[in-house]
Amino acid sequence: MVESFFIVIRDFIAQPWPWYVAGPLLAFVMFILLYFGHEFGISESFRLMCAADGADKMNEFFKINWRAGEWNLLVALGAVFGGYLASHYFLGSHGDIAHVGNATVESLNNIGIPVKLGAVPLVPDFISWNGLLTGPGLLMIAGGGLLVGFGARYAGGCTSGHAISGLSALQLPSLVAVIGFFIGGLFVTYFIIPYLF
Amino acid sequence: MRMSRYIIVGILLGFILYKSEAVSWFRIYEMFRFQSFHMFGIIGSAVVAGILAVQLIKRKEMKNVLGKKITIKDKAKTYPRYLIGGIIFGMGWALAGACPAPMFILLGAGHTVFFVYFVAAMTGTFIYGLLRKRLPH
Repeated sequence: MVESFFIVIRDFIAQPWPWYVAGPLLAFVMFILLYFGHEFGISESFRLMCAADGADKMNEFFKINWRAGEWNLLVALGAVFGGYLASHYFLGSHGDIAHVGNATVESLNNIGIPVKLGAVPLVPDFISWNGLLTGPGLLMIAGGGLLVGFGARYAGGCTSGHAISGLSALQLPSLVAVIGFFIGGLFVTYFIIPYLF
Repeated sequence: MRMSRYIIVGILLGFILYKSEAVSWFRIYEMFRFQSFHMFGIIGSAVVAGILAVQLIKRKEMKNVLGKKITIKDKAKTYPRYLIGGIIFGMGWALAGACPAPMFILLGAGHTVFFVYFVAAMTGTFIYGLLRKRLPH
């Protein structure tokens, strides 16, 4: 009886979550962090980890009390656990797939990424250790990471800090940053990714 | 104990972004091709709910767990950094198909190649720290 109750809960959580569940819950994460006395922003963790690794002795941008940012590192650590739990114990009946539509599948096929409708994996096979050994994979994983780390600190925030927290607080700078995210993202999606495959 | 609450918030964040597929490279590609409402729905509904939450906090003058009034710092109004930094960030986001939170989540899900992305992102942050004074802000 108790066991079947847990199975019902597990199966409920394991379904793909629609946008109208995920979005308000992200706002709840922001709200609860504000209640704990902090502003939601994941990319700040990179700066904290640079400081903790000794960059504080090399450059004043990293002369921060990283211990005061410990909460941020713990949220990041929690996200690692969350990813483990969700992928190991709460997989839906179709497994690890991204439910993208036919238009996306067709445009992927057109640029040379062979995926089938209803069987698009969550993480593509070129985002892997084998993929990393190819030029495009290296550009996407290492190049992408480098640009994200540089750009997030330059812009003073990433998707969580600007698109969620900043826009929620009606910050014009965050709107400018989000417009920037889209200019950069559209450029890469239309003018770089099609030529990588 | 006081710190474990942040780990719980992080676990919730992990579930939200994993189960809504926002961690997927394909979902990010789909978003930048405007082929589905899904990602716009996630960000849009988060912002609508977030605006309501922030307005409620301000109107009710809500206090945080320490008993202090919750305030949200205004971001500095010097615009080049947001536009240029944003464009650079967006390029990386579209290439890797993951922003910083999904990177942590996918590492936990066993996609260990994101360790390379992680080291690269730390390197990018470090380079920004070195060049900061020479960049327009």
